[in-house]
Amino acid sequence: MPATSQQWRFLLMLAVLLVAGSSARAQSRDIGTPPVDTCRTCHAQLDDRLGEPAKQFADDIHGTRGMTCASCHGGDPREEDMEKSMSRARGFRGVPKRSEIPQLCATCHSDGAFMRAYNPSLRTDQLSQYKTSVHGKRLAAGDTKVAVCSDCHGIHKIRAASSPISNVHPQQIPATCGRCHGDAEYMKPYKIPTDQMAGYKTSVHYEKLSGGDLAAPTCVTCHGNHGATPPGISSVERVCGTCHVFQEQLFDQSPHKAAWAPMKMSSCLTCHGNHAIKHTGDFLIGTGKDSICMTCHAADDNGGKVASQISTVLAGLDKSLAEAGAILDSAEQKGMEVGEARVTLSTAHEKLIKARVDLHTMNSARVEETTKAGEKLAQQVNQDGVQALAEYAFRRKGLALSLFAIAFVVICLWLLIRNLERRSAGEEAGRSGGS
Amino acid sequence: MPPFLMLRDWWEERFGTELFSFLWHKQVPRHKHTIWYYLGGMTLFLFMVQVVTGILLLLYYRPSPTEAFESVQFIMTKVKFGWLIRGIHAWAANLLILTAMLHMFSTFFLKAYRQPRELTWVSGCMLFFLFLGFGFSGYLLPWNELAFFATKVGTQMMAAVPVIGNWLLTFFRGGEEVTGATLTRFFGFHVAIFPLLTTMLLGAHLFLVQYFGMSTPISVEQAHKDKPVPTYAFIPNFLLRDIMGWYIALGVLAALAAIFPWELGVKADPFGATPAGIKPEWYFLFMFQALKKIPGHVLFIEGEQFGVLFFGLGAALWMLVPFLDRKQEGPLKRLPAVAGGVIVAFIIVMTIWAWRS
Repeated sequence: MPATSQQWRFLLMLAVLLVAGSSARAQSRDIGTPPVDTCRTCHAQLDDRLGEPAKQFADDIHGTRGMTCASCHGGDPREEDMEKSMSRARGFRGVPKRSEIPQLCATCHSDGAFMRAYNPSLRTDQLSQYKTSVHGKRLAAGDTKVAVCSDCHGIHKIRAASSPISNVHPQQIPATCGRCHGDAEYMKPYKIPTDQMAGYKTSVHYEKLSGGDLAAPTCVTCHGNHGATPPGISSVERVCGTCHVFQEQLFDQSPHKAAWAPMKMSSCLTCHGNHAIKHTGDFLIGTGKDSICMTCHAADDNGGKVASQISTVLAGLDKSLAEAGAILDSAEQKGMEVGEARVTLSTAHEKLIKARVDLHTMNSARVEETTKAGEKLAQQVNQDGVQALAEYAFRRKGLALSLFAIAFVVICLWLLIRNLERRSAGEEAGRSGGS
Repeated sequence: MPPFLMLRDWWEERFGTELFSFLWHKQVPRHKHTIWYYLGGMTLFLFMVQVVTGILLLLYYRPSPTEAFESVQFIMTKVKFGWLIRGIHAWAANLLILTAMLHMFSTFFLKAYRQPRELTWVSGCMLFFLFLGFGFSGYLLPWNELAFFATKVGTQMMAAVPVIGNWLLTFFRGGEEVTGATLTRFFGFHVAIFPLLTTMLLGAHLFLVQYFGMSTPISVEQAHKDKPVPTYAFIPNFLLRDIMGWYIALGVLAALAAIFPWELGVKADPFGATPAGIKPEWYFLFMFQALKKIPGHVLFIEGEQFGVLFFGLGAALWMLVPFLDRKQEGPLKRLPAVAGGVIVAFIIVMTIWAWRS
């Protein structure tokens, strides 16, 4: 309804003008000071559900940026008479219906020119994204149980997404999504699993996120936020590939790519899972009991042999690096300077990491080429470590010899002093005896 | 004829007999405090070690932020016995400050600064401050993380000096921040300016020590009221003992360098975060701790400024001790010893506190 939209825009602009029009003194102190708002003045006196929003709104990002209750609820915040201020004639609309909320928020949030004054970097396509999401589509179809803006962002205590107490802060996202998607009773009509949250909490992604790494993937990283939708089989590798770029590119070169497509087997998920993605390790490849390869392959088929070859070279390099590292540790504990060897060891480690990425091609020759380069470096580090330990032994022997020589000279000097003083004492005694 | 005597004859034919006659007849008082006389010689020996090892390090060291760390790493890993030279230089620097400190305090408590040795004391104090300067400037030269941030904190304190603080900070840093300009500046101080000043002061100090001879402590003088204090010859008795001490010091240095190699750490990253637990070298710890714990404001001036003034005035008073402590009798005769005891206790307590915190 364009008329309503214009009306809302007018009210919001009015609120902004009120801020701008307040006293010059107030303006110079804080441009975000809210204007006179009779709604909050009265509602703040109340203790019940009518009072709480007014109190919460004081710290809400909209409240601190000069918005008033009327910005969403309509009415006239300058009018002290409740009958008038909350009259339909003054545009009062009360509590917005759930189905109206996305459109209501979009009044401002989809207006690029308006939002630029507040946050030029904030996107303004949330509503159009939302309409493509499962939530948006179902809402349009009349299902008001699905998430709308206020379910994730909050109502009267909305914070910037960067605030740690915001419901949409990366570390809060799993709980926010899990509030509905982890509630089996609530999700019952939709017939979708509700164990995603439990699975995600066991994942390496959650481990990183809860450890403070805000770049770690949360629900919205893979599913999208406003345009939330489950990624299909064809798009899931693109989702993973957003971060795991090389793994995605190399997988495209593997024989699995063409073989799995007709079977509708997902590229990344088949081996790594989806929500409960665990730490990877060399145990995942090969013919061992934990190997994923053995789910489809047998140890003696072609795939099993390739997996075994890759597993062998990876384990070989890993062992060589551990040995080289142990020698360096030993030399370092003895106080030897092995800084350069440490740099070489770290380059060798990078080769192992590259080989682990290369294995997504399932090309054993390619993996071996990388591990060989790593082995060469590990050998060099090993030699440096052995040399440092030999140098340490040499220093010890040298020290023992030097101390022996020094002790010998000191003893000789002491004997010389003793002799000299005895002789002069004797001479003195002789002189005094003679006199 | 032994070569030494030939050399003596050659010298005396040209310059007369005074020098050798003086050295040959020089006597050193012999009493229960004689042991303290050796600390000066030990400090001199360690300084000579620093000169020799410093010159050797100069052959490979490169004073620039891109090469300093790598060149020290090269010295420690690739240069034959480079590890030993660097280890001895680093350890001898610390032992040198320790022996100089002990020498200074023993001189203080034995009141060896009394007339006519006032200038010996003043030159000695100036030498000690120069050694601290050597330590501070040399610490930055390997350009590792600890040194970089310790220098940042250390030079920042200069800004608290009243009136000229900011100028001092810019002068020593070669700009607003600790950068490559600071490194080349510190290098210049460490290998040119300080050695020149030290050579001149050391010459004066040694001349004064020889000119006035060793001071006999008051208690020893009083104990030998009527008879002369026993002595022994400077050459060979005292000198041989000195040499024996130097040999032992050399052994200790070699053992420290071989058993506890001086760590190089990681290369300084001026844009990196300050690592936790940045502390200066042990001989600056007491000042560091005092400046850290001083309240924000003392009387009407800022705490840090008060601290810098306190230590500055303290150092000046310390140098002027011979001119302040002129009465060896009367009720105040023990005042210097009490003050010295308080200073030593303050230094020890503050150092332990800083070390443990």
